[in-house]
Amino acid sequence: MENFTPYLSLAGGVLIGISASILMYLNGRIAGISGIVAGAFNAPAFAEKAWRLAFVVGLVLGGAIYMHFFPITIAPRESISTGLLVSGGLVIGVGTAMGSGCTSGHGICGVSRFSLRSIVATATFLLSGIITVYVFKQITGG
Amino acid sequence: MLKIFSALAAGVIFGVGLALSQMVNPNKVINFLDITGEWDPSLIFVLGGAVLTTTIAYRFIFSRSKPVFADDFQLPTLLQIDRQLFIGAVLFGVGWGVIGYCPGPAVASLGFGLEEPLIVVISMLAGMLFYRAIVRR
Repeated sequence: MENFTPYLSLAGGVLIGISASILMYLNGRIAGISGIVAGAFNAPAFAEKAWRLAFVVGLVLGGAIYMHFFPITIAPRESISTGLLVSGGLVIGVGTAMGSGCTSGHGICGVSRFSLRSIVATATFLLSGIITVYVFKQITGG
Repeated sequence: MLKIFSALAAGVIFGVGLALSQMVNPNKVINFLDITGEWDPSLIFVLGGAVLTTTIAYRFIFSRSKPVFADDFQLPTLLQIDRQLFIGAVLFGVGWGVIGYCPGPAVASLGFGLEEPLIVVISMLAGMLFYRAIVRR
């Protein structure tokens, strides 16, 4: 158990929960990042694009503000090539569009609404992620 | 206009939360999924903290007849557990496990000046738009 950070992680999780609650309380919307990002580009009406774009801008700003005051060291990875990043990104894009959500929309908002679809999706992508890391490690010998 | 400001504020808080919880570090995410290796269970606390907070808040929010700045709560209407949901979740998990980024952290790290999140976000977006284009035909 290297680098275990329960308190920071819990505090970050609570903030994410507060954000999801604000978006539902004020705007009546689910804070699902994959859906918001896709909708910022292909939502039919301008007003629908606008709030999503504002959320995305906020997301980038929030990350950058934190990083400015409390720099996080992210160790560079040699095992990940550009080709692998592109393939991974494509698969995530197709998967979240097909499964209507990701860690935030299903894992946080959906589970918090006790949605059976989201509970199934969350269990599935967690298990799929765990198996993938295991298989990937065997292949790369990491 | 109010809806845009509230979305911006929610986005900022979400981004700070992702950075504070270190979800923006793909190495940490992969260590969480690596249960047979040097397992780092931190992400359980991120998900747990977020779900607990949201579950409690949603109880109060949904007891209102409508949100503050909108006419109604827009909740997913799909209820069926179908093949798309399952295959989509499997695919997402595969991509997540290989690169260590899911959509939120990838977007929230765009301002870090790193190359990886930019590549991930662009290809993720391409994947989403590609799927929509196919399905819509």
